[in-house]
Amino acid sequence: MYDFNYHRPSSLDEAVTLLGQGEDVKVLAGGHTLLPTMKQRLAAPSDVVDLSRIAALKGIEATEGAVRIGAATSHADVAASGEVRNRIPALAALAARIGDPHVRNRGTLGGSIANNDPNADYPAACLALGATIVTTKREIAADDFFVDMFETALDEDEIVTRVDFPVPRRAGYAKFPNPASRYALVGVFVAEGGDGIRAAVTGAGPCVFRVPEMEAALGHDFSPAALEGIKVDAGGLNADIHASADYRAHLVGVMARRAVEAALEGR
Amino acid sequence: MTSVSMTVNGKPASGEVEPRTLLVDFLREHLRLTGTHVGCDTSQCGACVVHVDGTAVKSCTTLALQCEGADVLTIEGLAQGDQLHPMQEAFREHHALQCGFCTPGMIMSAIDIINRHGGVPDETTIRHELEGNLCRCTGYHNIVKAVIAGGEAMAPGRAAAE
Repeated sequence: MYDFNYHRPSSLDEAVTLLGQGEDVKVLAGGHTLLPTMKQRLAAPSDVVDLSRIAALKGIEATEGAVRIGAATSHADVAASGEVRNRIPALAALAARIGDPHVRNRGTLGGSIANNDPNADYPAACLALGATIVTTKREIAADDFFVDMFETALDEDEIVTRVDFPVPRRAGYAKFPNPASRYALVGVFVAEGGDGIRAAVTGAGPCVFRVPEMEAALGHDFSPAALEGIKVDAGGLNADIHASADYRAHLVGVMARRAVEAALEGR
Repeated sequence: MTSVSMTVNGKPASGEVEPRTLLVDFLREHLRLTGTHVGCDTSQCGACVVHVDGTAVKSCTTLALQCEGADVLTIEGLAQGDQLHPMQEAFREHHALQCGFCTPGMIMSAIDIINRHGGVPDETTIRHELEGNLCRCTGYHNIVKAVIAGGEAMAPGRAAAE
């Protein structure tokens, strides 16, 4: 890892100011992507701004019809939260299966979505639940937030502060984890909310995406059987040593059916 | 160089570090607490697990500066004099190691599991909870036995409230 200047702001204003200073300033949340990337010298920021001491970024709050989660809340805290477990159990279950216990103790919701790794779990939950990403500048609908592989709608000097998840009528998540990293080789989050059914797929393509055909089918009949025969085109899907594009396309169907089963069982 | 201060195994510890200094390097190189190991150095293997403010973390993926003011517990902080911690004693009793390289991280994770569950969870849960710790001598069977025995010794008669 190349050396850098380290900053530990105690307020969001201070953090935003620091982001505007220096050649290549990176935000450090849990550090479980950024630090390994820096060790491999794939990133070599001049300045690192550690958000861990900003109290305003932490915590979980239940409001009318939504659960608001601070961006610096760890996966472990989301998984253990009574509010999340009661109101959006699928989201708590998702958080409980990210990485391993140590990763969950450090990794954060905001860090995960701001990085937008194509295999990360949280983007699927944000998109399927129709979450709103709140930043230091504005509110961004999940539909507009995830742009492409490792790319989001965030400006350089913009920090995610909170994510508001509408409470769905029912929701479920299923993933086929990479056995080494437990990142989603393919993960599907299915949710039935105020504006109908949404099915979001992570891991399969360069960026999280919805499958309208599945959403329509589940709108008629919310059951695993309704998804039989729906094929996802392998064109444009990811292929690597872990899985071919065809295999990922097949897994989208399998994971979607399992996600519906989970939603029906309320887990 | 930047100064950093924290509490390590109940004692104040401080030093001058580069911002890029990892917690594990601060513990091993600056404080000479070499019980915490660097295995993979890529956040996978868990040989470097220590407790920071009561939660288990991979010290190879944490900057020393992120732990400013924190309370850090390493494998060296478990025993009371010659009296091993119940989890250490259980690993010894159940021969839960072969080469021993993963053992410090395994024990720190095992204690975290018992603390978090408020008792001894079932075996399947323990195996899932050990996902972040790799033993390349394939010693998991005895490790799981040791976690159960060590957990019972830590909190006798308490099954985890699931």
